[in-house]
Parts: sequence; structure tokens; C-alpha cells
Amino acid sequence: MRVGYYPGCSLHGTARELDESLRAVAPPLGLELVEVNDWSCCGATSAHATSHLLSVALPARNLALAEEQGHDQLLAPCAACYNRLASARHAVACDAALAETIEDVLGRPFPSTVAPRNLVEVLRARLDLLRERAVRPLTGLKVACYYGCLLVRPSEVCSFDDPEDPVSMEEVVTATGATPVAWRRRLDCCGGAFSVARTGSVVRLSRAILDDARSAGADAIAVACPMCHSNLDFRQKALVRRGEAELPVLYLSELVGLALGLDAETLGLGRHFVDTKALVERALASKPGPAAKPGPRPSAPAAAAKPASPAAAGTEAV
Amino acid sequence: MARIGVFVCHCGENIGRTVDCARVAGEIGKLPGVVHSVDYKYMCSDPGQALIKQAIAEKGLTGVVVSACSPHMHERTFRRAAGGAGLNPFLCEMANIREHCSWIHEDREAATDKAIDLARVIVEKVKRNVPLETIRIPVEKRALVIGGGIAGIQAALDLADGGAEVVLVEKEPSIGGHMSQLSETFPTLDCSQCILTPRMVEVYQHPRIRLMAYCEVDAVEGYIGNFKVTIRQKARSVDETKCNGCGACQKACVVKNVPSEFDERLGKRTAIYVPFPQAVPNIPVIDREHCAYFKGRARGMKKDACGKCKEACARGAIDFAQEDRFVTEKVGAIVVATGYELYSIGKDQPAAGLKGYGEYGYGTVPDVIDGLQFERLASASGPTAGKLLRPSDGKVPKKIVFLQCVGSRDPAKGIDYCSKVCCMYVAKHTMLYRHKVHDGEATVFYMDVRAAGKGYDEFTRRAVEEDGAVYVRGRVSRVYRDGDVVKVLGFDTLNGTPVEIDADMVVLATAMRPRKGIEKLAQTLSVSYDRHGFINEAHPKLRPVETNTAGVFVAGACQAPRDIPDSVAMASAAAAKVLGLFSNEMLEREPTVARVDAALCAGCFHCERVCPYGAVEHKEVRDRKGNLLKVVADVNPGVCQGCGTCQATCPSKSVELMGFTDEQIYAEVNALAL
Repeated sequence: MRVGYYPGCSLHGTARELDESLRAVAPPLGLELVEVNDWSCCGATSAHATSHLLSVALPARNLALAEEQGHDQLLAPCAACYNRLASARHAVACDAALAETIEDVLGRPFPSTVAPRNLVEVLRARLDLLRERAVRPLTGLKVACYYGCLLVRPSEVCSFDDPEDPVSMEEVVTATGATPVAWRRRLDCCGGAFSVARTGSVVRLSRAILDDARSAGADAIAVACPMCHSNLDFRQKALVRRGEAELPVLYLSELVGLALGLDAETLGLGRHFVDTKALVERALASKPGPAAKPGPRPSAPAAAAKPASPAAAGTEAV
Repeated sequence: MARIGVFVCHCGENIGRTVDCARVAGEIGKLPGVVHSVDYKYMCSDPGQALIKQAIAEKGLTGVVVSACSPHMHERTFRRAAGGAGLNPFLCEMANIREHCSWIHEDREAATDKAIDLARVIVEKVKRNVPLETIRIPVEKRALVIGGGIAGIQAALDLADGGAEVVLVEKEPSIGGHMSQLSETFPTLDCSQCILTPRMVEVYQHPRIRLMAYCEVDAVEGYIGNFKVTIRQKARSVDETKCNGCGACQKACVVKNVPSEFDERLGKRTAIYVPFPQAVPNIPVIDREHCAYFKGRARGMKKDACGKCKEACARGAIDFAQEDRFVTEKVGAIVVATGYELYSIGKDQPAAGLKGYGEYGYGTVPDVIDGLQFERLASASGPTAGKLLRPSDGKVPKKIVFLQCVGSRDPAKGIDYCSKVCCMYVAKHTMLYRHKVHDGEATVFYMDVRAAGKGYDEFTRRAVEEDGAVYVRGRVSRVYRDGDVVKVLGFDTLNGTPVEIDADMVVLATAMRPRKGIEKLAQTLSVSYDRHGFINEAHPKLRPVETNTAGVFVAGACQAPRDIPDSVAMASAAAAKVLGLFSNEMLEREPTVARVDAALCAGCFHCERVCPYGAVEHKEVRDRKGNLLKVVADVNPGVCQGCGTCQATCPSKSVELMGFTDEQIYAEVNALAL
């Protein structure tokens, strides 16, 4: 399965391990990631705080490039990039005048045929392969799935899961053999881009998230956003109170990689601020499981098989 | 030879300003077959009508064309005038030179030419008009009321008191509906059961009401004045003629832990049960799904697993072998009053297009309940005998958070309408709560407070000012159990601050939706419904209790979210409409209905498939010896609404719409084009 790949700026910088782990898990999951040639920044937080037109035009340019290069889907592993791409596409679909302006600005036609995909969506669409190839199931590992704010909201833009009570990340984590924990703050904001401008706010918000995950008994937090990762991982040193254990924060692709039997270095697990060694050792110690496990499956594949749901139909195509 | 009279009206200045009416009359007067053509200032006035009558009498007119306003306005007036002068009323037609000409044009010359064209077209049509006779159909002076909630009860009583026979069908074992579950009612805080149960008894005892509880409408045939309704009497497993409602069977029943529907699953009932002590009729039903006897049967046991109720019954009323029975009733009118149900809050939704609130913990956190459940907790007849105790541990809640607009006004969840009653009943809940728990804190999250109605705004003010309810404008993002408390995370949009409340209980004011199965019932009755399933009224302002099918009326919350006063008003209005219908010996219908030429009809029944009113029937054509030659379509004039869809569909041109035949329409087109 060939998918357009839009790493975005962060995957070339602070989130290199997301890029590395994703490229590593792609082949066993039957994905061929083709990086879009000549991609540019999505505009991130700055563009839409400055100019609406710019905030649509920048992502639209990347979607148009993907289109020209023959893709019908574009994977943006960064939740912020995904949100910008999806928002731009939605804005153009809702506003014919804007659609015309965008074509003028881009200087190329923009029929908007490319569907932006996020990390969770793409992994969830390959659960069967993941279950089959999970040679090192992460049995016993308790994971708090953290969606943050940009992955599932606003609902009219990101319609792949319930905006207030999503399940897709938990489905992926379950397929790795780990156990998702029930906790409250999985959709709360970590402070996002205020990490530098208002560190105090970020510390307060991120601490609440870490506290809640810890009290729910999680061994690790799974994320699908470089900004969330940065706030929870990089800031954690400053957040932990005396005597508190640190909580490793892993990208969903890293967890998937561990379950697929890939080694820590390939997955970029050495790049974290919070030490992941103990967790990796625990994963390595787990018995190599039979590839395809019998027993009841979570409801995800059944739900994805329903052609009635447009969201499910969309993910099937991934 | 046709002798047509044409009467051109000035409508004061309305037509005369833009159209040269004298020229129209002059030009039309030159047409072959037109023997009389005049113009006049006000044709609809008394002298105007006299002109028409006089011309009919003096010139022996065979047809009349009034060139004036829209037929919606005055066709009846002029047809009555023509009829008064001895002409068949259907030989009188109108050419609309006001709405279709003078009002929309400015150029006097061109408008006059167009007015001449319009009049000429109708002259050609009238030449081909044939006399039609008004259809008279007999009326069965009995009414069917579907649904035994407050709307159905009110409609049935008004109808029966007005002299009509009534069949009241209720699908539950007892009438009373949602109103019987309520504790007190706004805006007066009077006890719901105290005002309802006497009405229920009245229904039961009324000599002209046949109460059919635990029954459902299965099929409806026929048309206004003459419906034939098949009603399924579901098996109660109790002989209604023998049971005296003593209750011994319920005491004897071994199954005691079935969640009670009446108590919204907060209480328990036996397998043989009446929904509540004041039930009407006070005859129990065996819930076969939970009954030990029937469960034993289902498992294939030879011996009876139980039979305690049968042993306990002194009158031998228990009848395990009872089966569903079908009863046919003939009625002249139907009132639909099937009421509402609450939107289901959780992820599982009954219909596509609806979404739930997984984040509110309803169904997983026991102290998160819906509005009807709160009513049961507050009700003297409820599972806690009116003591306000929370479901999880039976403690008195000291802090309750109420959430308004759960589902309502949330297009993302598939419901964009306002449920109308929630603002009022939440205010009522906060008052009931404070009256029972004096030191309790009631917090309400709201979007707006919509309290339009007599005494309504005063009531919500009272909740705040006298009973100390705290209203927070904003939405709640999450509700979860945190140890002993129910944590509520929300946002105060007036202060711009997040709100976190440790509540003891949370009450969700959920949206009102039409009853499950309403679409099927609506299809059975051939009435239309909106995308939510609410029955459509014939006109939102002027015909609020009629449906688009003649003889079928609507009342209460099956038409839109309604409170008790609205439902009762609608029910009385529907009853008045039905009584009006029944006041005639015969129903008069316009004869402009479809008619099938049996000689031409090939019996393909395309017409039957496209008819929105179910007016097409099958008719056998036999030769003199009685051999069946063919089966053809036949239009029931009582049901036909004259829409003409069948005529347009018929491949063999064997259907004609009286008054609008192909010949007439072609004549009009020819008059315009040639």
C-alpha cells in the first residue's frame, strides 16, 4: 500500500524518533511511505494566528503537491500538521470563493482529492497485520492513550473517531498486546505551543495529565503528536515531584515497533528525555508470542468493515 | 355549441392598474363560442356575482370564465354563484390575471396581451368541461385514538363527551404515559398523578370509550370517514374478563428482580405485574421474557417450571396459553398521540445519524441519571417512596449537577431542535430537590433558559431566587466517578473560567425523540414525518392538528416536543376537528379525482405504486358468464386527493383526472401555442 508521506518540520527536528519508528514499522505493516517531493511547512500555530488565507494556502500547497505526485492519501504523523491539512481541506470544501482564491494563490489547480490521514488512523487500518506480526506482544504493559486536542477535534474536520470519547488509539494499543487503562485526561490540552511562551501554563496542564495517567496505573503514555510528546517528555524532568517515578512517553509507532520485534535503537527510543530503558527491557523479556493469537478480537475490525460508516470506509482505504 | 361567458375583474386597482380589462373583455368576446364578455370593478362583490348569474340565465351560458385572482382566493365564491344560477359549478373556472399577471408585470401593453392569453386558455378548457357531481361519502362516527398518554386520554375524553364513540389503543399494559411517571408538574408544582389518575379512571368508565390497553395498531385500510383498523391484542396471559385486580398473583410471583420500566430501571418488579398501583386497567400482564414458567417452556422443559401465580389466583384468570388476537374496528377518523421517548445518551444509538455522549458516563456511573429517572426518585410512588436517594449507595445527595441540552440543539449528535420542556423541568427538579434536601446545592449548566409560556419565566426565576439554584452558562466536557463523588468538568462561558464540581449526583436533561416505531406507524397511516420521525402537520400555522392524510389527526409530543399544557390543547383541538367531521351525515369531497377507464387499463399498476395516498385498488373485469377477463386499477374517490400523479404515470393513458383531463390540458396548450 503506497501512501504519500508528509513528515512536517517536527519529524525532521524534535520528533525524529517518530519519523524513524514510523519508517521502521511501515514495511512489516505493508505500508510504502513515499515522501512528498518539495513539501513545505503546514503553517502550524503561527499561520492561522496571523492570516486565515495563509493558514489554508500552506497546507493546500502540500495537498496539491501530493495530488500532482499521484497520491490519494497523505499521512501526516504530526497531529498538528494533520489538523492543519484536514482543516484547510474542510475550509476549501465549504467555501467556493475561497477555493478559487486558493487556486490563484497556489498557481495550480486544487481539486482537493487527497485525503489527509493521521498516525492513529493509518495504524488502526492495519490492525490485522499488526496482530499477525506482533512477535513480541507487550502483555501486561499498561498504557494511557493520550489523544490531546488536535487529533479528533473539531469533529466536522477530524471525523475518524468520536471527538469526546474516542477509541481508536486504545484499539491499536490492544493489538500490540498491551492493556489500555481507563483515565480522564486523555483529551485534555497539554499546553501545546505555549511550551516556550507560557511555560507555567504548560507545566500546570501537563502535570495534571501525568498525575492522572499515573493514578490510573499506567506504565507508559502513548502519544501521536510531537508537541504533546515534547511537553510530556521533555518537560517531565521539571514536573516530577520528589520520590515520584518518571513515566515514559512513547509514540504510538514506537509501541507498535516494539510489538513487531524491532529494536530500540531503530525505533529511536534512545532519543527520549525520560529513560525508556526499563520499559524496553520489560518488552524484550516478554515471551515471543505466537504470531496470530486466537481468542476474541476487539471490536475494531468489525466496526471498520461496516461500509455504512463513511469514516470507517475511509480508513479501510488506507 | 358552447356558449361561454367571460367576466374580467379589475380587482379595484389591483388588476386594472396594469391590465386594460376592457380590451381583455373585448378581445376575448371575439373568440368563437364566447357569447358574453364583460369587465367589472369587483367581480367578487354582490353586484359582480349578480352579473354572472344574470348572464347565465339570460344568455343560456354553458360555461363561465372569471378572469380575476387566484382560484385559491375565490374559485368557491364564483362556483357557488354559478351553481346558484343553475349551472353545474364545475363548468365555472378562473383565469388568474392578478398573481400571474398584473402583480408581477409593469408594462401595461404586454401585461394586457398576457391577460388575454391567460383568459383564452381557460376559455378553451371550459369548452371541454363536463358537469361533475360532488362526491358524498358516509361517515363512520367512531374515532380511533392511538396512544394513551395525556394527549390520547384528553382526545378520547373530549371525543366521547362530544358524543362520538372512541377506541383508545395503548401499547403498554396501562394508560397514563410519561405523565404518570412524573412527580410534580411545572409551573404549579401540582402532583402529576393526582391530576392524571382521575382522568384515566374516567376513560375506563366512559360508556363511549373502548379502552384497548396492551394493544397495537397493526394495519389500516380505507379513507376518511371509513377506516378499517386491525388491532393486535397482545397476549396478557391473564383473562381480562375474570381478573379483578386483587394482586395475589404478583405477591406469589417468584421472579422479583425485573428492572421496572415504569421506575426507569431504578426499581424492581415481578414477572407478572401491573406497571404501577394506579394502573388502568388494573389487570396484570405476564412478561414472558422473564417469567419462570415461560423460560422453562423455552428451555424445552416438560414439567411446568413454575405456576405460582396460577395457584394464587382465586378466579382462575391466569391463562398461559393465551395468544395474540386480532380485532378489526371501523372508524371514521384517527388521532395519533404516540408521544415521545428520551434520547439515549450512551454510545449505542437506535438510529443512524445519531451520536451519543460517551464522555458523560451514563450507564457506567450509577449516579448519572436522566430526567425521567429523577422524576421517579422524587415521586412519592417511586422506588424510594419520594425520598431523594442516589442510586449507587442510597445516600442523600448534597450536591446535584443538572445538565441541560443533552442531545438537544447539538447538530453534532444528530438533533438540532430544542426539546422545549427541559429548561422548565430542570428548574422544577432544582426546586423539588431543595424542598426535599434543604441544605442541598443544585447547579445547572445551561446554554439559554427558554421559559416562554404562561407563568414559565416566573417559575425559573423562582428556582433561582427562592430556591437558590445556581445557573452556570456553559457546557460540560466530562463526567466521571472519582471515589465517592461524580466529578463534573465544565466551562463557565460568562466568567470565561473552567469549572470543576464534585457532585453527588448528575442529572442529564436529555432530548425528546419520537417513539420508536413511529415511522412504521406513519407509513401504515400514510402520514408524512420529518427526518427525526416527528409526524408532520398539514400546515405549521393554520392546520396544526391535521396531517396530510384526510381523517388522520395528530396530538402531543409525536408531532414535536411538547409539554403537558401544549399536548392537552392539541388533543382538544384534534378532538374538535374530528367532532366537526362527524357533525355531517355525509362527507362532501371535490369530484376532481382520478378515474380509470377499465377498457383501456392493462393492469400494470404503476399508478398504485406512485399513489401517495393508497387510493388505487384492484378491480376484476368479468364477462357475462362471470369469467375473469383481467384485473384493472380502480381509484377510490374517497381516498384520492386529485394530485394527478397516476395520470402522468399511466403508460396506456387510461387514467384521467376529472376536471383536468388530457383533452382539457391539450386544449389549453393549443390555445396558447397556436
